[in-house]
Amino acid sequence: MEKIQNPVNEADNASAIHCESLSIQYPGGTRAVDQVELTVESGEILSLIGPSGCGKTTLLRLMANLELPTHGSVSLRPPVVGHEGGIAFVFQQPALLPWRTALENVALPLELIGRGSAQGRRELASDLLNTVGLQKAMSSFPSELSGGMKMRVSIARALVTDPNVLLLDEPFAALDDMLRTQLGQLLLELWEKQRFTAVMVTHNIAESVLLSHRIAVMRQGALQTVLNNPLPRPRCESLRTTVEFGEFYGCVSHALRGEA
Amino acid sequence: MPAIPSRLRETLTSVGLVFMVACLALAVWELTVWHFELPKALLPTPRQCWVAAVAERQTLFLATLSTGAAAISGLLVSVVIGSSLAIVFSQSRSLRLALFPYVILLQTVPIVAIAPLLIIWSGYTFRTVVIVTAIVCLFPIVNSMTGGLLGTKQDSADLFRLYGAGRWKRLWRLQIPSSISYLMLGTKTSSGLAVIGAIVAEFFVGNGTTYNGLGSLMTGWTVMVKTDALVSAVFASAMLGLLMFGAVQLVSALVLRRWTRFASAVN
Repeated sequence: MEKIQNPVNEADNASAIHCESLSIQYPGGTRAVDQVELTVESGEILSLIGPSGCGKTTLLRLMANLELPTHGSVSLRPPVVGHEGGIAFVFQQPALLPWRTALENVALPLELIGRGSAQGRRELASDLLNTVGLQKAMSSFPSELSGGMKMRVSIARALVTDPNVLLLDEPFAALDDMLRTQLGQLLLELWEKQRFTAVMVTHNIAESVLLSHRIAVMRQGALQTVLNNPLPRPRCESLRTTVEFGEFYGCVSHALRGEA
Repeated sequence: MPAIPSRLRETLTSVGLVFMVACLALAVWELTVWHFELPKALLPTPRQCWVAAVAERQTLFLATLSTGAAAISGLLVSVVIGSSLAIVFSQSRSLRLALFPYVILLQTVPIVAIAPLLIIWSGYTFRTVVIVTAIVCLFPIVNSMTGGLLGTKQDSADLFRLYGAGRWKRLWRLQIPSSISYLMLGTKTSSGLAVIGAIVAEFFVGNGTTYNGLGSLMTGWTVMVKTDALVSAVFASAMLGLLMFGAVQLVSALVLRRWTRFASAVN
């Protein structure tokens, strides 16, 4: 198990996201993110983990350009020009528009960036809904969908622009264990097909161990350490019962508690 | 025997209870007049009111139509002006700060004080009744819809920002659709006010003119001490208010269902 104390040294030309001295300080003086140096490699899933209020979501929002840093910068490679759907965000709540059907919700980002014809957008959205197993719910409104189905729609919506970078803010936090497991598996399957770069905020150590290549541990706005996940891919749920999973789980747990 | 669906059973129970309360109230009313031997000019019995309503049915029907037309027109005008104002308020904080107090002012100034002024400016006409009605209806619509336009969820707003949606895309695809249920809520509140506004305007407009709404009928029948007919006019106005509310509810549930179905709690 390799432990990388200074992840920025690993940066290379293939990196998808590079955060340099990234900080944000609110008018009250609170520093939500403090001098974060982090590189997310192209095609990797990186989990951000840490106690509540440690700045994980703020860091994710900085990466999405939904917040502006007070110091430092975030650079994307390849650079995202304007808003072409190069970055997608999956929120903690599905954030579906309740007056739109599942299909229309998935097609929304394409409408917003003005990509494709109406027919083309529908076809692409329909394909994505098939991929996430919701072919029968295309005409359903969000109020007619279960929590897990809504989150699947939300993931399909994020992937519809074929983004370089997928940012996920505790996407499964509001779901029960069974749905969480199913959606984690879905994310793994989608990654195996599309090999997108993903950064996922989570509180769940097991989820981060199962899904990610590396785990970044945060505390009080600062990046404490980044752990390389040695578990082989492709991964599936049965990995949770292996000794290696347990060992790495313990390692992450120690890092979270601030132990060496 | 087939089971009655629970929703239908609930509706039937509700209608049955309302009917029972109405029967009880009419019985108490009839007995009170009979017991205290009240004169017809002071309080007629329900039966006397019914007889007067039948005798004056044509006048009453035409007056209800006039008042209904004025109330619907005023309500529609206030929906158009109110939602336009709300959209302007949602797009410009400065305009909202500058103009919203005046919208509140319209709500606080008594309409009976404005109506004579409007008659001076607009005449003893149907138009004046519509203007008064629109003024009465405006505030709930502006207030509700502005709240809906400004109250879009943070995640949805972030989603639009992420994909670079400009002001118009955000307004057209996010803010307006999410505020329709609020608009309907304001319109429902205003639908009852519309009838009140129209009748108050008619108290002033109808005097000595050919305009015959429920308000002008009421004024005339008060002078003639036709209390039984007056009570029937009051019932007609109450029925009109209920019809207006029902019509708005129907539009909300059928035509605008896509935008209002998710917000049944709001409505």
